[in-house]
Amino acid sequence: MNNFTLLLPEFLLAGLAFLVLTADFITNDERKRYLPWLAVAGLGGILAFSLIFLWGDIGSLYGGIFRIDGYALFFKAVLIVIGIFVVLSSIDYVKKNLDHPGEYYGILIFTVLGMVLLASSAELLTAYISLELLSFGLYVLVGFDRYNPKSNEASVKYMLLGAFSSALMLFGISQIYGLLGTTRFDEMARVLASLPELSPGLIVGLVLLIAGLAFKVAAVPFHMWAPDAYEGAPTPVTAYLAVGSKAAAFALMLRLFSEALIPSVGDWQIILAILAALTMTVGNLGALVQTNVKRLLAYSSIGHVGYLLLGIAALAFVRDDNTISLATTHLAANGVMLHIVAYAITNIAAFLVISVVFKNPGNEDITGLAGLGRRSPFLAMVLAASVLSLAGLPIFVGFVSKFYLFNAAATQGLLWLVGLAIFTSVISLYYYLQILRQMYVEPAEDDSPIKVSKLTLGVLGLLFAGMVFLGVYPAPLMDAIQYASDAIAVVGSSGAELAHVLD
Amino acid sequence: MTMFDSYILFIITALPLVGAAVMLFIPAHRQDIIRWFSAAVALVVMAFTFYVFAAYDHEAGGFQFMRAWNWLELPGPWTLGSQGIQLGLGVDGISVPMVMLTGIVMFTGVLISWKIVDRAKEFFILYFLLLGGVFGVFVALDLFFLFFFYELSVVPMYLLIAVWGSSTDFKTFLRTKEYSAMKLMLYLVAGSVLIWIALVAIFAEAGLGTFSILALQEIDFSRNFQLIFFPLLMIGFGILAGLWPFHTWSPDGHVAAPTAVSMVHAGVLMKLGAYGILRVGVFLMPEGADRWMPLLIGLGIVNVLYGAFSAMGQRDLKYVIGYSSVSHMGLVLLGIATLHPLGLGGAVLQMFSHGVMTALFFAVVGAVYDRTHTRDIAMFSGLAKRMVVVAAFFVVAGLASLGLPGTSGFVAELLIFLGLFQTYPIVGVLAVIGAAITAVYILRLLAKVFFGPLDERWKDQTDASPIEKFSAGILVVFILLVGLFPFPFMRVIDSGVTTLLARITGAG
Repeated sequence: MNNFTLLLPEFLLAGLAFLVLTADFITNDERKRYLPWLAVAGLGGILAFSLIFLWGDIGSLYGGIFRIDGYALFFKAVLIVIGIFVVLSSIDYVKKNLDHPGEYYGILIFTVLGMVLLASSAELLTAYISLELLSFGLYVLVGFDRYNPKSNEASVKYMLLGAFSSALMLFGISQIYGLLGTTRFDEMARVLASLPELSPGLIVGLVLLIAGLAFKVAAVPFHMWAPDAYEGAPTPVTAYLAVGSKAAAFALMLRLFSEALIPSVGDWQIILAILAALTMTVGNLGALVQTNVKRLLAYSSIGHVGYLLLGIAALAFVRDDNTISLATTHLAANGVMLHIVAYAITNIAAFLVISVVFKNPGNEDITGLAGLGRRSPFLAMVLAASVLSLAGLPIFVGFVSKFYLFNAAATQGLLWLVGLAIFTSVISLYYYLQILRQMYVEPAEDDSPIKVSKLTLGVLGLLFAGMVFLGVYPAPLMDAIQYASDAIAVVGSSGAELAHVLD
Repeated sequence: MTMFDSYILFIITALPLVGAAVMLFIPAHRQDIIRWFSAAVALVVMAFTFYVFAAYDHEAGGFQFMRAWNWLELPGPWTLGSQGIQLGLGVDGISVPMVMLTGIVMFTGVLISWKIVDRAKEFFILYFLLLGGVFGVFVALDLFFLFFFYELSVVPMYLLIAVWGSSTDFKTFLRTKEYSAMKLMLYLVAGSVLIWIALVAIFAEAGLGTFSILALQEIDFSRNFQLIFFPLLMIGFGILAGLWPFHTWSPDGHVAAPTAVSMVHAGVLMKLGAYGILRVGVFLMPEGADRWMPLLIGLGIVNVLYGAFSAMGQRDLKYVIGYSSVSHMGLVLLGIATLHPLGLGGAVLQMFSHGVMTALFFAVVGAVYDRTHTRDIAMFSGLAKRMVVVAAFFVVAGLASLGLPGTSGFVAELLIFLGLFQTYPIVGVLAVIGAAITAVYILRLLAKVFFGPLDERWKDQTDASPIEKFSAGILVVFILLVGLFPFPFMRVIDSGVTTLLARITGAG
């Protein structure tokens, strides 16, 4: 298949974004309610197109800086589906609370494009540009509720720190380029494998790159912006921020660390492990004292970033004599991908419930959930399932993904870190149970039933079914994930070879 | 093996879960349908568990009714190829009585909950989820699923206690149900942290790429590994079994829980802990077990004595039963720790016997509480004059609890004591003293609450309803059956215990 067809989904996404923006100009206010449906139909079409025409295609564009493979396709599908769900869960909220739906959905689709590009990037600068496309869209979306000072504050904070982290990352990339002579993942791996040890300059570059990425995924100690941004942003955007941007950033990190940086795993494994340990500890402890639901979920999502970093740190097994084994790399990579999907489904559901229950944006105190079990048994059930899934309890998908991920990390010799991860996940149960307690035990101030639109009911029903189905029978999803992880080049084919060389 | 036999364990585990899913779609105001549906499902499940007990071939021994389904592949260079995680089910002589116990308590629990009107739909859904988890642990032959079901049985507890439970409120002593529910959850999940760490360590150490207990039993884990990780399993599962000093969740939790949940929790769920120590700990790490058992003996005897003394000093009727559970679970742990055929057999029988007996206790206390709306022992006197049947049930449970010959408690405790005298005679003496203290507090309680002059306050009380009589009657039948004809039970239990002990002598 020629290059144009391979890139068609990306072209179509860009086209769709412009189409939604233009349609906004030429339709009257009455017709504007069809805009989100245009976005959903477009995204659905692009998803179907990608799955049908790109299945099994492997291609590399523009001299290897952009890769179309099973991995990219998997994330393309996941990210577009996330996009669809975010649009669907925005419809009621945007209609009620925000102006300019055209820009909202248009920018949302641009960020989806950024995420999809990120998953295909096989070169540092391409990855950087895709990340910026994603981030700039998010800066705008976070501040979209422009009459709400909190939303403005969140946007400014997020933008300033985001720009700062971009600078860090660019500096790291320049350092790496200067010392390795390339920014392409496959060539980086080759050069790194030939080096006897990393020069100090290279380590600085690596650390800056990791720091930049850690900013984007809100890993401790680079997490300060996250709770404020989550709290201030319109709730559907918070969901998107928590789910979409993290899934995409981890799609990049997984490819970067497994394809490009794996030969020097001995140097960065400990950095990521410490980062993971800090992130899961601070995230889960920080959540304990929160009274605002959105802030609480922000800290909880920081905790989950810690678990994902644990998976990245566990990509290779470093033996005592500093040789590397890549034998169970797939296990860790699969664990990360499974946890991303589990985390995405669960968080979208949780934020959607919150955006329905809390009528006045800006006041999401946890006591507002009181009596939800009587006011709307369905909403309460979905939120209960979400928090239990986040806590990692069966029969929900969060249990399977946590177990799989922790098991993989333990197999890779990081048992101490797994112990910490399991311990912090118990701490998290305490604050998740506070939500349950508000919903089912505390009496409501205002006992009136909550009206839920059919659309929201349908979306939540789907997400709930997904949580339970994947929690009980994850095999179909795992097949897709296996297909994706087989495509990660170094790990898949030449990984064994590399290990052999290093042994 | 017939087709039906190979699916029976799956059906037993799945029916409560499917039942819970079906109930989601029954309108909440049709409580009559929900109740009858729950009772029907529970009855069918109980019948199936009887069938498993009857059809288990104790002469052949070992795991029976086995069946495994591939569930998830785990990529990696495993020595056994890509077996991955399997839903492997099977029962042996230790789990068969436990499965039957769960069936009995489940059905009687549904009947006892007949009067629940506040959000009955949610109650029965959570109750069934809880029991699906319990069955799953007893029949799972795969560590992943064992843990899956173990966690599943913990999840619904919080809501069941915090929503439908009751608080204890004396002037000097306040325990709200929310407090107790949270305490119970955090203790149990802290236990599962230790279990979880041990499980992933077992997986990583074995390098087989599977969690199947049958495959893992072929591995001889290194001595150091066993010495480090056996205590994690022992304490982790021990927390659920009420092991001292991690038992404090159990009286609080049992007291705060609604009657049926107390029955399931004290009757069955605590046995999950003891069962886990046997199935995962002793079975996979016999050498570690052998070395660490003296510690369990030490903690177990504290359980027995401390539980008994605490029960003596309680003012709340339900707390007495709660602490007596701690004391009796101590006997189970002591029996396990002997690693002696008599002691182990006694421990498993005690698990069954205590399960039935405690369920009866909580059912009776629940019946009293429903009528009087208090559990303060000082308020009661001469209740037997108005509640003849309730008092009779309480007497049976009490006598079984203090180990009167003819009741199940006698056989089980006798075996445990015999096992202890063979291995740790001094502890044996202390354990017998513990049983004597049990007699003291049970008889005092009986005398105070049910006999003596009738207090004016309670002269209008009614006796047990037919449905209460029926469900408590089922439990009484099993107490007497095991007490008078222990042989059919011991045959099955011994076949399981023998296999387990062969592993220890093989390893040691």
